[in-house]
Amino acid sequence: MLQSIELTVNHEKRRIYVRPADTLLHTLRENLGLTGAKPGCENGDCGACTVLFDQRPMKSCLVLAMESENHEIITIEGLHQTSIQKAFIDEFAFQCGYCTSGFIMNCYALAAHHPNPDDYQIKNWLQSNICRCTGYEEIKHAITKVLKQQ
Amino acid sequence: MIGKSVPRKESENKVTGTAKYTDDFTTAGLLYAKILTSPHAHANITSIDSTKAEKLPGVRTIITGQDYPILTGSAIEDRPILAIDKIRYFGEPIAIVVADSEYEAQEACKYIDVRYELLPVIHTVHEALAGIKPFIHENLLQYYQVKKMAPNPKQNTANHIKIRKGNIDKGRKLSEVTVNVDVSLPPSDHAAMETRSVRAEIVANGQVHIHSSSQAPFAIKQNICKYFMLNESDVIVHCPLVGGGFGGKAAVQLELLAYVASKAVGGRLVSLTNTREDDFVTSPVHIGMSANVKLGATKTGKFKMCEIKFLFDAGAYVDESSDITTTAATNCTGPYNIDHVWCDSLCVYTNHTYATSFRGYGHGELTFAIERAIDTLANKLQIDSIELRKLNAIKTGDTTPTQAPLTKSNIGNTLKCIQRVKELIDWKQGEIIHLSDRIVRAKGISCLWKTSLSPTDATSGAIITFNQDGSINLHVGLVEIGQGTKTVLAQILAESMKVDISKIHVKMEVDTSVSPNHWKTVASTGIYMVGNAVLDAAENAKKQLKVTASYALRCSPDQLEVGNSQIYVKHDPKRFINLGTAAFGYKYSNGNAIGGEVIGQGSFIMHHLTEIDSHTGKGIGGPEWTVGAQAVEVELDRKTFSYKIKKAISVIDAGKILNPKAARGQVTGAMSMGLSWASREGFIYDDNGKVENNQFRTYKTFIFDEQPEYIVEFISTPQLDAPYGARPLGEHGIIGMPAALANSLSKAAGVSLNQLPLFPETIWKHARGEAIDYK
Repeated sequence: MLQSIELTVNHEKRRIYVRPADTLLHTLRENLGLTGAKPGCENGDCGACTVLFDQRPMKSCLVLAMESENHEIITIEGLHQTSIQKAFIDEFAFQCGYCTSGFIMNCYALAAHHPNPDDYQIKNWLQSNICRCTGYEEIKHAITKVLKQQ
Repeated sequence: MIGKSVPRKESENKVTGTAKYTDDFTTAGLLYAKILTSPHAHANITSIDSTKAEKLPGVRTIITGQDYPILTGSAIEDRPILAIDKIRYFGEPIAIVVADSEYEAQEACKYIDVRYELLPVIHTVHEALAGIKPFIHENLLQYYQVKKMAPNPKQNTANHIKIRKGNIDKGRKLSEVTVNVDVSLPPSDHAAMETRSVRAEIVANGQVHIHSSSQAPFAIKQNICKYFMLNESDVIVHCPLVGGGFGGKAAVQLELLAYVASKAVGGRLVSLTNTREDDFVTSPVHIGMSANVKLGATKTGKFKMCEIKFLFDAGAYVDESSDITTTAATNCTGPYNIDHVWCDSLCVYTNHTYATSFRGYGHGELTFAIERAIDTLANKLQIDSIELRKLNAIKTGDTTPTQAPLTKSNIGNTLKCIQRVKELIDWKQGEIIHLSDRIVRAKGISCLWKTSLSPTDATSGAIITFNQDGSINLHVGLVEIGQGTKTVLAQILAESMKVDISKIHVKMEVDTSVSPNHWKTVASTGIYMVGNAVLDAAENAKKQLKVTASYALRCSPDQLEVGNSQIYVKHDPKRFINLGTAAFGYKYSNGNAIGGEVIGQGSFIMHHLTEIDSHTGKGIGGPEWTVGAQAVEVELDRKTFSYKIKKAISVIDAGKILNPKAARGQVTGAMSMGLSWASREGFIYDDNGKVENNQFRTYKTFIFDEQPEYIVEFISTPQLDAPYGARPLGEHGIIGMPAALANSLSKAAGVSLNQLPLFPETIWKHARGEAIDYK
């Protein structure tokens, strides 16, 4: 019942065995130990599991592991000292930290794809994630700061 | 270090995905538990047949309520860990399946055959009080009362709190004008981003290890010992970082289930993690309330009496609802001085998911009631609603509804908060401004206060140890749930030891076998309780360090000072010994040694609190009252009734602000939660009591860019017995938001909006039938 697949995660090729029904989120966490992506709803509603899928933000609970073969996956563990991570710290853009990986991945992709987004684009992208601790003000400051710096 | 915006100590781990929460520890051999939950809200269980499910691949065991006929509860023991004979809410746990994988456990739940005999559902507190049979708890009077309760099974009521201050008849006579206001709000949810998650294991020597996303590790330990008759030393609770709590993780529920699951499989490590759907309806929720307020005043606006009835919707079991019922009653007036107060506060059972503590612990609810009444009174008296609040603001020398005296330390400056909010919201520009034919801008105000209702002997401890590099380890029993307290405790320790913040290492995880006790990580009391324990531990360590240093520096300990990672002679700082050296004893040149490892110990216990008298409510329930004032500015479209929240303002007297950015984040985060709650949150039940919105796509919360402009300022009246004068502030931003929003929208729509949540549809319904001027 388990099937062998090869995933490219954080620039490493990994051969693993998964059930056809396993989501990418489950596989990242359980098979690869990459627990930065969080299961906030496993339903596509909260965005806490957001990863980059061929450089696009994707809710990893909505993709099967088997669909992810031949695609490039980047998780929060694949980002190192990026300006958005620094901005999240400096602007106090997280409290409990549970939604943070998803927000950072989304912000990172936004800055990469739209270096000069208008307010509507920022809102459109970041409304796919939920943060329950902050009032979103600090997250807005963090993404705005990074966009200004680029 | 005090007063600086130090980034949180666990920052790097949280932005790189390496911060670990309960369900992030992957382990080979882990078993998974899933709960079969009730599809009905009120029913007798006539049979449970799990034979088919037991034969499915991967299934290790199935446990039902009959296996553990025990009742649990923090105030009254009314709740079975798994339903026995009867279910009382939609989503109630009925059975646990333990299997090799999560999906196998989930699948097996579908094959457990449960037969029910449906019972009439009690949907509201009013239906519950009507006392129609069958009652939710037929044996209510037989339940063991952990705290003194006043149960009335015929009215489905678990407790009745009475506040009797002054002489209500006199108050009525002195009142020239009285308003009578009914308000209500439905049960809603904490919706922390991390769903509740637990692991349990029983190792060979009999020790039980519980790993939990909890705000109350020490309560888990006590509960497991009590209900399963274990020795306290045999239960060890571990709490890593927690992904948001908001009060919802102070209740003990899944831990008991995970323990019996592990026990049933020979003690193997079992994981039990809520799905989002279960987290919404199976685990305890935010309480609902109906209330009636009669507020009387003179024609000039001086409050003379206040008569309040609170009906709290505890749901199927009491848990913390009884104490929330008490807290709302003991603070029922809000921060106003009223001589004659009469309050009846009832904790009522319904067939809803049971409630537990939620950010604000009854204060957001009581504030919604009293502040709607105040705006209604201001309208009736034709007095400016801010002036009315200023006229009656509570202050030093007054007493609370429980007749607790207010001192210059235990209460802040309400008047200053109101005055500053008045300036910030630009009150003189006008409360209602017509921007166009349809759009109306309106401003609403609410004051707030809050105290905590802890055990009168609640304690905290702190332990500090040293490293040879001069850095310091801090160990406390408080859980880091996102509130940032551990970072502020590090600041307190750095300040006291006069070292840089980088030299302080705070242990993020709590382990009850080594961490000093802390009551619970609730009630915004962390800085007050644990902060005081940290200061005590620092003094204790400094004393020990000076003794060891005195041998090395050949002087009296009194001549020494600790600072900059050294112990030095006060009048000659060039004579010193490094902190990292003195902390492990001093070695003379010939090899002799003296002193030893320095371990600083500190503790704190609540002082001067008393129990609340059950007939009059007289007593001192909390150590202090943080006060504040808030405002909301909305723009309402009077044709579609959609609205935008443009501005939200908080001015809170929080004493000394220890970490300004973190403090602002706590306040704006709470304001956001309060506005989300008031504008859109609440469970929707169908005719059978089934929750229809148990997912984020149907239970909507605030999302990015819906937030208004936040304006947050602090007044700094010090609390004299708190570290550096800091007052609690973690919950307070939420408290006045529902009232301020309702007050602003009531003005904008021209109708009284006394029910939450304030969907545009709700406003439309209220406005329908009333003459609305579209001008």
